[in-house]
Amino acid sequence: MAYAIEGATGAWEVVVGLEVHAQVISQSKLFSGSSAAFGAEPNTQVSFVDAGFPGMLPVINRECVAQAVRTGLGLNAVIHNVSRFDRKNYFYADMPQGYQISQYQHPIVGTGVVEVELSDGSVKEIGVTRLHLEQDAGKSLHDRHATKTFIDLNRSGVALMEIVSEPDIRSPEEAGAYLRKLRSILRYLGTCDGNMEEGSMRADVNVSVRKAGEPYRTRCEVKNVNSVRFVMQAIEAEAARQVEVWESGGSVKQETRLFDPNRLETRPMRSKEDAHDYRYFPEPDLLPLVLEDDWVAALKASLPELPDAKKARFRAEYGLTAYDAAVLVAEKATAEFFETVAKGRDAKIAANWVTGDFFAALNKTGATIDNPPISATDLGALLDLIADSTINGRIAKDVFEAMVETGKSPATIVAEKGLRQVTDTGAIDAAVDAIIAANPDKVAEYRSGKDKLFGFFVGQTMKAMAGKGNPALINETLKKRLA
Amino acid sequence: MALDPTTIRRIATLARIQVDDDRLEPLSQELNGILGWIAQLNEVDVDGVEPLTGGAQMAMKMRDDAVTDGGYPDKILANAPDRNGAFFAVPKVVE
Amino acid sequence: MLTDLTIAQAKAGLEAKQFSALELTEAHLHGIDTLNPRLNAFLTVTAEAAREQAKAADAAIGRGDIRALTGIPLAIKDLFCTQGVRTTAASRILDSFVPPYESTVTANLLADGAVFVGKTNLDEFAMGSSNMTSAFGPVENPWKRRQDQNAILVPGGSSGGSAAAVAARLAMGATGTDTGGSIRQPASFCGLVGVKPSYGRCSRWGVVAFASSLDHPGPFARTVEDSAILLGSMASHDPKDSTSADRPVPDYRAACRRGVAGLRIGIPREYRVDGMSAEIEALWQQGIDWLRAAGAEIVDVSLPHTKYGLATYYIVAPAEASSNLARYDGVRYGLRRDGAELSDMYGNTRAAGFGTEVQRRILIGTYVLSAGYYDAYYLRAQKVRALILRDFTEAFAQVDALLTPTAPSAAFAQGEKMDDPVQMYLNDLFTVGANLAGVPASSVPAGLDSNGLPLGLQIVGRPFDEETVFAVSAEIERAAGFSALPAIRAGV
Ligand SMILES: [Mg+2]
Ligand SMILES: [Zn+2]
Repeated sequence: MAYAIEGATGAWEVVVGLEVHAQVISQSKLFSGSSAAFGAEPNTQVSFVDAGFPGMLPVINRECVAQAVRTGLGLNAVIHNVSRFDRKNYFYADMPQGYQISQYQHPIVGTGVVEVELSDGSVKEIGVTRLHLEQDAGKSLHDRHATKTFIDLNRSGVALMEIVSEPDIRSPEEAGAYLRKLRSILRYLGTCDGNMEEGSMRADVNVSVRKAGEPYRTRCEVKNVNSVRFVMQAIEAEAARQVEVWESGGSVKQETRLFDPNRLETRPMRSKEDAHDYRYFPEPDLLPLVLEDDWVAALKASLPELPDAKKARFRAEYGLTAYDAAVLVAEKATAEFFETVAKGRDAKIAANWVTGDFFAALNKTGATIDNPPISATDLGALLDLIADSTINGRIAKDVFEAMVETGKSPATIVAEKGLRQVTDTGAIDAAVDAIIAANPDKVAEYRSGKDKLFGFFVGQTMKAMAGKGNPALINETLKKRLA
Repeated sequence: MALDPTTIRRIATLARIQVDDDRLEPLSQELNGILGWIAQLNEVDVDGVEPLTGGAQMAMKMRDDAVTDGGYPDKILANAPDRNGAFFAVPKVVE
Repeated sequence: MLTDLTIAQAKAGLEAKQFSALELTEAHLHGIDTLNPRLNAFLTVTAEAAREQAKAADAAIGRGDIRALTGIPLAIKDLFCTQGVRTTAASRILDSFVPPYESTVTANLLADGAVFVGKTNLDEFAMGSSNMTSAFGPVENPWKRRQDQNAILVPGGSSGGSAAAVAARLAMGATGTDTGGSIRQPASFCGLVGVKPSYGRCSRWGVVAFASSLDHPGPFARTVEDSAILLGSMASHDPKDSTSADRPVPDYRAACRRGVAGLRIGIPREYRVDGMSAEIEALWQQGIDWLRAAGAEIVDVSLPHTKYGLATYYIVAPAEASSNLARYDGVRYGLRRDGAELSDMYGNTRAAGFGTEVQRRILIGTYVLSAGYYDAYYLRAQKVRALILRDFTEAFAQVDALLTPTAPSAAFAQGEKMDDPVQMYLNDLFTVGANLAGVPASSVPAGLDSNGLPLGLQIVGRPFDEETVFAVSAEIERAAGFSALPAIRAGV
């Protein structure tokens, strides 16, 4: 069932396009040699170029160009061998030159496509219109002083990739899936860290609504939304507002708006009121950006395996379900973790452990995949102990817990705690005999046909053996003795 | 394509130049004089001509990605008309 | 008089220890003390720094470390940022701006041992052809009309202060910038050699931008050889300017001695405009005859889009300027006029900080880039610009250089041509083409008009072939034997 907003006059379809600003991972800025690192003291990572001093000129950073090309390739997009920079002219206190150097008419990357998986198991293609390089502005701090806004130019000139989608998105869920997939691709490529909290990925959300079969109606742009959840909420709020405007006989005005996540509503953005004439023109301080075929080919050859390809391979090579594969490839580090665990072992068992106990442990400890509480090598070693019958599956869970707590290897824990599985038939016989002797009534019930009680005897025996009995041998012995 | 006072007002706002009302009419005449003279370009047949954007006809060199600049907030802030600590300061902006 | 020496002569004298760099600098500083209050050629005089640089030059000469400009006093257009020295662009908006950096061109000159005596006046942000638009008052041309000694003439513009300073012997040479003729026209008005090299030859880094795709730094001097020495020092490949050309800088001084025998010199017929004064026409013919006599072949050529150059220029330059000057907003440096809101502060600051001509050009530039007008104005102008470049390219397939007048007239008086901006713009009629095409061009003093005022001839060359421009310029200089002196000069 497609997402729709139920208004008084019926169902409204939501049409969404996203402009994602992704901060390029690089040492220095797009057009200057100052640091692009996050979080420094105000105005310490600013050159005269970044501060728009008289006579200063931009010089482009090769790595930023390479990152844009890698990203374009990762989005299955057209790479333009000749692109240009333009000036987007408007005044803002944290934009020192009075213009933003961007790419308007001739972006470095053309059309591409992103495949997203939806919760109903379907896959949808979202078109990418373009990707272009541009410089970020500085930062305005409005809440430090009663009558003044403070300006920090550390971010001024940091390279951004603006990735513009087609208006192919039809629901908050699709928008969320698109953003998560995009972030996953960028992180795989190492071109953007995708950290929305620090602002290294933020979205302008273009929203309109329409009745089925209609052409597009007027859209509004909700600026600078900085989390996946907020994007989804903003779409819901803005679409609902627009439906109300249309249904009350008004018409939606094209404008830029801001999303207030506390009130779950959007409002017009005052500072953008007259910014609709950007007077773009070719940046005369820069020459055309010409990419050599060989250079692009070399970048292409060095690309890592991307989520979609990896997912397909995981299914083919390891026989994983679509769901498990999708979960495991979402983060590159998770996929690598899984592959280390699975190497030379039963892949399905490895997948179960990684998506099950391991993810639970991440959750519980609040750790991330980049700094996991246990290593993939240790988890693999644990699986080996199960496979060679050193420990049984139940004990393995305890060993896993101990590994998370102590960081020790599974072999050490098994040795220290004496958790080796008991495969000595004499010990098992003795334990089984004791249980049968202690429960004559249960034995009678079982023999009279209450088969379900078999589990009771297994549990009691295992308990008596402190969990270390070999389950197969216990079963075998019980079957014989109870027969 | 006459530049009427309303257009002048719009252009001046875009350019962030405060213009008094009594200047609009004379400015309109001056600028129209210049634009009228510029209109001679309409005589030129430019069909199929690729626009020339700059004075240099070469491809762009790219620099290496290394931190070689910045780290001098005092110099950045030295000429500031108003500042507060390490920040530039401007009249409060409402977004 | 030390101030009458050419740079080449002064170099020889310094090397032979006939005088010291400090003496040479003092002579010029004395001239500035005496004449600058009248001429207003310098906005800032850096006497103390100059003396220190001169002493350092003397020490270097003592060590035998003699470079291209060791000990030579120069004037710097106040559009070049100079570290620790106020740089104004002749605008109120940069009134108190002290750059914490040195432009590449001036750094090159300093590295070659030059002494900077001060920063020279100009049209505000280099927008003008008369030096009348400076926020710090006009510059007086040191030349006088024979019949009217009272008229105060303009030095031309925008580099009027530099031209006046060199003509009046207050500096041995100067830097200028040429966006539509701003070196060549004042050179012509002040009886000097002025060179606008190829686009990309001299770095624009640290030069306050007027119109990025048209701005060309270049030298003023009193002889062709001196201008060759200066350009050789100013020019370099600069990785900080993406439009800077990565090409070796040839020996321009040697090129001055090449002669013109065997060169093909084009005479563009479209420069013979209606109403051209007989004097200018006669001077041009004289130049043609000189070059033919020296062994050059004279060829009639056509640059069919010449007449559209100015209109093209007056779209492209204001468009780029409107954007380049957006950074003057009162936030980080320069003038600020407060306002209740940020937009008021911007509007007040820029209204108070920019003069009339600058505001006019920002408004025109904003208009031609604005929604709905871009295609009709800016895009069309860029296409015409492409046709103008094509004209030059085709002409240079037939000839090695072009010879034309530099300006339509000799220096005019303050107040003349001031009522109608378009009349003022016509000063650049013959010079803008070389800016639009990025080709090198010079102006060389070739004669006097009936008022006894200097007139220049322009030599235009192929892209990056400044050497031929110098060779032809030197031939015109030899043939003209220009020896007239301005009425106002140091030591008189
Ligand atoms: Mg946007
Ligand atoms: Zn953007």
